[in-house]
Amino acid sequence: MTAAGRVGEVRAGWAMSSPALAAILLFFVLPAIASLFLSFTDFDIYALADIGNLRFVGLQNYERLVENPLFWKAMTNTLLFVAVGTPFIVALSLFAAMLVNSRWLKWRPVWRVALFAPYVTTLVATAVVWRYLLHTRYGLLNYLLSLFGVPPVDWLGSPTASLPAILIFVGWKTFGYNMIIFLAALQTVPRELDEAARIDGAGWFMRLRHVTLPAIAPTVLLVSVLTVAGMFQLFAEPYVMTQGGPAQSTVTILYFMYEEGFKWWNLGSGAAVAFLLFLCILAVTLVQLRLAKRSGAI
Amino acid sequence: MSLRRWSVTLLAAFAALVTIAPLLWMASVSLMARGEAAHFPPPLWPASPTLENYRELFGSFGVGRFLLNSILISTLATGLALLFTIPAGYAFAKLRFKGRDATFRLLVAALVVPGQIGMLPLFLELKAMGLVNSYAGALVPWLAGIFGIFLVRQYCLSIPDEMLEAARIDGASEGQILRRIVLPILTPIIVTLALYVFLSSWNDFMWPLIILADQDLYTLPVALAANSRQNVQDYEIMMAGAVVTTLPVLILFLALQRYYLSGLLTGSVKG
Repeated sequence: MTAAGRVGEVRAGWAMSSPALAAILLFFVLPAIASLFLSFTDFDIYALADIGNLRFVGLQNYERLVENPLFWKAMTNTLLFVAVGTPFIVALSLFAAMLVNSRWLKWRPVWRVALFAPYVTTLVATAVVWRYLLHTRYGLLNYLLSLFGVPPVDWLGSPTASLPAILIFVGWKTFGYNMIIFLAALQTVPRELDEAARIDGAGWFMRLRHVTLPAIAPTVLLVSVLTVAGMFQLFAEPYVMTQGGPAQSTVTILYFMYEEGFKWWNLGSGAAVAFLLFLCILAVTLVQLRLAKRSGAI
Repeated sequence: MSLRRWSVTLLAAFAALVTIAPLLWMASVSLMARGEAAHFPPPLWPASPTLENYRELFGSFGVGRFLLNSILISTLATGLALLFTIPAGYAFAKLRFKGRDATFRLLVAALVVPGQIGMLPLFLELKAMGLVNSYAGALVPWLAGIFGIFLVRQYCLSIPDEMLEAARIDGASEGQILRRIVLPILTPIIVTLALYVFLSSWNDFMWPLIILADQDLYTLPVALAANSRQNVQDYEIMMAGAVVTTLPVLILFLALQRYYLSGLLTGSVKG
């Protein structure tokens, strides 16, 4: 390689990567950092009209949030979604993957694509569909339950049923994505291992616990991290299905941030919420990675 | 053995049916006469299928406009994303320049940061640039796709260096190498990336909701959400709206599913 050629390569390297890097810097990195600074100001509708009204208020936004019951409601709701939703969705995805991975299955590609389909549909559109499926009087779900003698459930109108209702929808919408990731991992587990355990008389659950799960532990972790991050980012679901209700039982952190920022135009306070959300996601991800390291999964 | 084969297949078929039932039901109700779905027990099929809901949707609801907005924004987002990410992904994989590896490590670390964190400042930034309430404002987040760079880079790593060196010795410029040699090799991953960006921008909701204020600029999801918060009683017309919103991406996915699924695995497992 000649010296001129190397110079040309270096120049081309920067020329080809700088447009994308500039866009990332300008529209992703800068706003993310600015979010922290914005959270120390009282940026509101007056500052939006005239930037001269902007004041630096230190930690006041955070202090107000700590005293705001709706913030704590949004926080606990979101943590509830994470705590209940993550195991539910991970288990659902894993079972779907094991079913599709079964060696006795015929026409595998057909079932795989059908199970994956909800993931590519438009979230808002299917949220609208599910709002009707979950309708107390005319909904298909309550009709099916009535066949088994279950009285009608007010899915989206009762503060105790609203969270499971949204989780059923989110699970339906996202399990296909995790299923594909699990499938790829399951295909690397040698069939002989499972077969040997079967011959030794191990039942289905024993084989799941002692053969399959240890073999795909890193993937279980990966899917859990992705699901937790997804649970922290629920927004369109409550926006379309419940508008945060009933009794604010489905106000999530992101929904709260949206209302704080774009409904009430308290952008300083909204930015503080965004920053706390980021810290939550980071903390949970780090804890999961540490747990995995300790148990030797990765 | 045969019994086992059938029971597993039957179970999978049942699971698949339950999974796509909401989509089938959506399509079925969209063909019902007004008020037909609001009965108990809920009817599964329209008594006499009609396209009346679609006619009204495109007539008095003006869905054509939102459809056009969605097509325009998703197409432009896809084109721009490819233009920005393909050269960058290639450069990070194959061109040796100072600071490359450090920069790339920073990008990978930035993947942990969800885009919503910077949404409020980004809104203010675009307001200062005069891009709020415009197509351009809706397109901005798709320029900054770290995942796309990552995807293209992974794929480029498998291109042999000797091939590029040979082209250099023959006197090809770096730009020519990218256009004539690298791009043809990248075709599968370009389809994957294009599909991924198109579907994501089509389905995106929160950012267009924030940045687009004029109803004339609404994308399908934003328009549908706005309507669903008002016309709660009109089952059939809302289902027709949901069909119009989600059918294009569903068809696109079914036609190109091979590319979509391979990209999904490159992005998560191998990464």
